[in-house]
Amino acid sequence: MSEFLGLYPYWVVIFLMMTGFYIVISRGNLIKKVIGLNIFQSSVFLLYISIGKVSGATAPITAEGFEVYGNPLPSVLILTAIVVGVATTSVALALVVRIREAYNTIEEDEIKDEIRTQGAGP
Amino acid sequence: MIEHNLPALQVVIPLVAAPLCVVIRNARAVYGMTFVVAWLTFACAVALFIRVADSGDIVYAMGGWVAPWGIEYRVDQLSGFVLVLVAGMGAVVATWAPRGLAAEVAPSKRHLFWALYLLCLSGLLGIAITGDLFNVFVFLEISALSSYGLIALGGRRKALPAAFRYLIMGTIGATFILIGIGLMYMMTGTLNMADMATRLPVDGHRTVLVAFAFLTVGISLKAALFPLHAWLPDAYAYAPSTVSALLAATATKVSVYILLRFFLSVFGADFAFGGMGVGQILMVLAVVGMFVASAAAIFQGNLKRMLAYSSVAQIGYMVLGISLASTAGLTGGIVHLFNHGLIKGGMFMATGCILLRAGSVERDELAGIGKTMPWTMMAWTLGGLGLIGVPGTAGFVSKWYLLQAALEQGHVWLAVLLLLSSLLAVAYVWRVVEQAYFKKPAGIGVGAREAPLSMLLPTLVVIGLTLFFGFWTDFPAGAAGAAAESLLGGALMGGTS
Amino acid sequence: MRGHAILRVVSKLLIPYVLLFALYVQFHGDYGPGGGFQAGVIFAAAFILYGLIYGLSALRRAAPQRAVELISAVGVLIFAGTGIAAMLSGGEFLNYGAFSQDYTAQGQHLGIIIIELGVGVTVAAVMVLIYSTFAGRGRS
Repeated sequence: MSEFLGLYPYWVVIFLMMTGFYIVISRGNLIKKVIGLNIFQSSVFLLYISIGKVSGATAPITAEGFEVYGNPLPSVLILTAIVVGVATTSVALALVVRIREAYNTIEEDEIKDEIRTQGAGP
Repeated sequence: MIEHNLPALQVVIPLVAAPLCVVIRNARAVYGMTFVVAWLTFACAVALFIRVADSGDIVYAMGGWVAPWGIEYRVDQLSGFVLVLVAGMGAVVATWAPRGLAAEVAPSKRHLFWALYLLCLSGLLGIAITGDLFNVFVFLEISALSSYGLIALGGRRKALPAAFRYLIMGTIGATFILIGIGLMYMMTGTLNMADMATRLPVDGHRTVLVAFAFLTVGISLKAALFPLHAWLPDAYAYAPSTVSALLAATATKVSVYILLRFFLSVFGADFAFGGMGVGQILMVLAVVGMFVASAAAIFQGNLKRMLAYSSVAQIGYMVLGISLASTAGLTGGIVHLFNHGLIKGGMFMATGCILLRAGSVERDELAGIGKTMPWTMMAWTLGGLGLIGVPGTAGFVSKWYLLQAALEQGHVWLAVLLLLSSLLAVAYVWRVVEQAYFKKPAGIGVGAREAPLSMLLPTLVVIGLTLFFGFWTDFPAGAAGAAAESLLGGALMGGTS
Repeated sequence: MRGHAILRVVSKLLIPYVLLFALYVQFHGDYGPGGGFQAGVIFAAAFILYGLIYGLSALRRAAPQRAVELISAVGVLIFAGTGIAAMLSGGEFLNYGAFSQDYTAQGQHLGIIIIELGVGVTVAAVMVLIYSTFAGRGRS
């Protein structure tokens, strides 16, 4: 039991990861897919941040009276990954906007139907 | 100074040129700059390749911070080889592109197109050159994000859902890779590949196994290894021809390079292929992929889609070579990576010529196109022969190595399957050849003129190179052999300690 | 948002301080927590708030689309230019130590300020660009 509680950040990560992944796979609405993707990515951000935590340590900024500092590297890495995530999300949303303009829907199956019925077009 | 900074310049030149495109805006000036930059990048790659061949690995500390603290660029045999392929195809496709682009991308968007093109190129080059795990992820996303944009820029309606699906799958793949990298950092405390390789064999620790699994699945998604290839056919089929040619020639190849890097340089062959049966799993997936994707290619009416399915099959050959985990197998895989990049790039370029002149790439509408566009169709057909692996083409060389590797390990069945899958390639190439040469010109095939010289010449050069490398095997096969040996050798040193 | 007097007044009061705070985060970044990413986002937040309250056309007057696009590219060029300048001064790419002959740390200090400026400019411009592009879609 104590092992379970001691590893709780990982359970949070796994829960979020699976939630996000499930949304991406199961939802046909493109916006929901993007949201799912964001949740999925956020879980990885949490994973990295929890890697950098050193118990009993303070934030990695040198100050009087502190000996132990947390590891700043994972946070720095994940800052980059967050920026990548923002870029991905905005590209995804831009595509959704254009899909909506072209097909007048953002439901995956309706888009598929439309492609099938309209068929041959370039 | 230039010589010392060559590894950085390899990535920095296209990376700086991309924002310059946005500043300049004038489509003609932007293209002029892209052209120069792409060939400069290629010159860098060749210079690096020659230097590595002469004097061994090049190590470059970004910002003067020496590894493992800083980010390290490391050029060895394999990465030099991949750099030459990526930069070379990037330059050739950029040379080939303007006429086709004029028909496919709106003039107001053209400077952005080239900005994305250069970003994509620098991302792909960055993946090949960096020695830092997290840097791999960053460059992977740079190239991927720009390729989503490039695919959607074509303005074809179907390109949009294709780009979106590619984005979803690509992001999941990249995030899987990110998870794997995080877990490995957790276990080793380093992000430098070489440094990690010396620390890694943490006696079958579960976290390392999980990291390995995430990385394998993530990279396979990016490389479009069967059955994770669903994003590829639509994305390549509906993208502008320039983008199809660039991505087909380089993107999946670079992903296969990452697979090689992680499996052999970071984890080591003993860990990756020993005990867990990953080699066998990959082998089965590769073989099934070869057959399923080739069979699917036969039934595609759209030439670009057909080539895209064939790409999935050919990825199978590369991964098959890797999964054999022997020098001959790896050589075959790496040579095929190079040869297929050339062949598929050339074929997509020829298909782009057809699309420009005939206005369609639906096979049934192209009756007799071989008579109205003789040079283009000749290039296409020769490329097709390379896909099949007819002796005298580059495709034969790589399949020969794979065959040898299979027989060397006593897998006669594998050798038979390799030959059988080539028969499927005969089928899908034949259906196009039959339509082009043995049918009376009808429909749009009649009106089509030969492609403009500015497009035809680069296409013929690339296809000519595939024939050249079919006879003169010193460069691709020799370099790939050296790369394979150093990969296996390095892994053995690092893997058993 | 014409009727929302409170929102209009409060945001008008807040926006200068948001911008000021962004500059603080930007230029204090080499001594404490902060830096280009955060500062850029805060800076852009002020513009986006302005756009939300006063409308897109007002935002486009304050930050013309073309200019923001240009600035986003210039920021990257500042970043990369610093790296190239370091190469020209005899160091590796982004080795700011090469900027100062006598004290490596001095060169590094200078380098990181310019680099973060480039990052901040790009992030702010791209954020504003994303907002105004999405908001403007389908209107023009």
